[in-house]
Amino acid sequence: MAEPLKDLLQGKPVFVNVGVREFGDTLRAAGYDVLHVDWSPPAGGNAEMAALLDDLL
Amino acid sequence: MARITVVRKNRYFDSVFLMQVARRIAGQPGVNDASALLATDANKKVLTELGYGQEGHDADFAAAGPNDLVLALEGEETAVRAVAADPEAWLRRSTAASAATGAAREPRSLREAVEMRPDSSVAVISVPGQYAAREARAALDEGLNVFLFSSNVSVEDELSLKRAARDRGLVVMGPDCGTAFLCGAGIGFANAVRRGPIGIVGSSGTGMQEFSSLVHAAGSGISHAIGTGSRDLSDAIGGISTLTAIDALEADPATSVIAILSKPPGESATQKLMERLARCHKPVVLCLLGAAAMPAETGSLLTASVIDDAVEMALRKAGLGGPARPRPSRDALRAQAAAEVARMRPAQRHVRGLFAGGTFCYQSQAIFRGAGLVVYSNSPIHGMSQLADPRVSLESSFVDMGAEIFVEGRPHPMIDATLRRTRLAAEGEDPSVALVLLDFILGAISSRDPVGDLVPAIRAVRESARRRGDHVTVVGSVCGTDADAQGLEAQTGALADAGVLVFPSNAQAAAFCREAALLLAARKEVR
Repeated sequence: MAEPLKDLLQGKPVFVNVGVREFGDTLRAAGYDVLHVDWSPPAGGNAEMAALLDDLL
Repeated sequence: MARITVVRKNRYFDSVFLMQVARRIAGQPGVNDASALLATDANKKVLTELGYGQEGHDADFAAAGPNDLVLALEGEETAVRAVAADPEAWLRRSTAASAATGAAREPRSLREAVEMRPDSSVAVISVPGQYAAREARAALDEGLNVFLFSSNVSVEDELSLKRAARDRGLVVMGPDCGTAFLCGAGIGFANAVRRGPIGIVGSSGTGMQEFSSLVHAAGSGISHAIGTGSRDLSDAIGGISTLTAIDALEADPATSVIAILSKPPGESATQKLMERLARCHKPVVLCLLGAAAMPAETGSLLTASVIDDAVEMALRKAGLGGPARPRPSRDALRAQAAAEVARMRPAQRHVRGLFAGGTFCYQSQAIFRGAGLVVYSNSPIHGMSQLADPRVSLESSFVDMGAEIFVEGRPHPMIDATLRRTRLAAEGEDPSVALVLLDFILGAISSRDPVGDLVPAIRAVRESARRRGDHVTVVGSVCGTDADAQGLEAQTGALADAGVLVFPSNAQAAAFCREAALLLAARKEVR
């Protein structure tokens, strides 16, 4: 079985930040690579529509 | 004086950004107060109580829902109208902030981010709860470990995410995970601690912060700290992330001692955990906060119910001696408490704890329960009483200000002290209050000045008590290190300057309050 968590503990993590920007900014300031996702609620905040889209994609 | 609201339909901003927007607006001449919040039911209620959107005059505010943004403005008519005339101007991120991100274009989805950086290894997710499982699932599908800060994720979603992660050799840290420390990278509320031989697995975020800060203060350090989310060791989840994390730390050459910090686990989860620990070839310190009964210790397994004890055990197992400072004896605490109690009037009987850290609320209750004392709480441990309304204290009350009712649609009290400051001022008006117990939590994304945020309210509490002829003792502890941006020494000094009795840990501060509460109870009986 792949062991990506164990690999993670041996290397330098690379982060994807989704949500509060400060989480990513803090990691970046500490010298880590971070991609911040420009996130907004799926389907304009309509959870049912988002679930339908998830099924389609 | 005008009090108006402006509603922007279907506008999402994260709660920390909105807090900054509100602060900028409130700093304008003529503006007395400003809030920028998503129009959740909880936030609408708070704003209504502040006098906004009254008497059906404001149809937009009445109709606003959780996907809508509300700016609530109070001040001189011309000043608040000027802000309301161009709300978008206040909702733009500064160019400096955009430049700081360094990326020419930001990905619009997790999948796109992983296409841009195929070596991505951890997704840090803090979107509103109802969308969090969807994003976490996408991250696992892309092969990423997940740090899930969001709360309000269902048990069913948590279980399905954690099973999916286990199948892929990944871990889900969360939901409701406040902190982690991976290879020196502090995520979320993590404190600046040095690296060292002690690895942590924890379902309690502030517990991990306190543990790692005390280890740092003793001159040692942390290899990794893997959060699991507060429900991981419930029987419903069965400790999936805890077990994955133990496997990883056992295999990790940088870790020589494993510390596990949790509330008491469920029955079947305990069994799974103990079976796993029996096979662990590294020494383990198992800290079950407030547990009434402890699993049997063995040569390689030590148990504790208080964070400070667990720190001492882990340091010893790592061959590093004891804590930085010896802890005061119970007699010494009692003598110190007696001096305070002697200055209090007979009507002063109650302790009010207002906690930013949920673990501190929990641990403080356990320390009181150990002496047979009962308090009210909005998150009571076994044997304590439930507060009917978390917003109103009764007798002695310990309130977790980070509970969902207080954080829906607004930042955690470790970031935004507004609600705790208001609550503290209200407690100060109650002549039955004898002691106030507070925690202050430093760290990268915490408030820039957690102590400074509350000092005016602390002074007001002590001053209004003095005017009544009362003496209220304010007791506190600061969780953090000398390397945190806020500075442990500066924060501790500012607290002491405000007349607060400062202890080096929450456990010691709570133990002091316990001694005072016992003396207050004995005094009542004599009368």
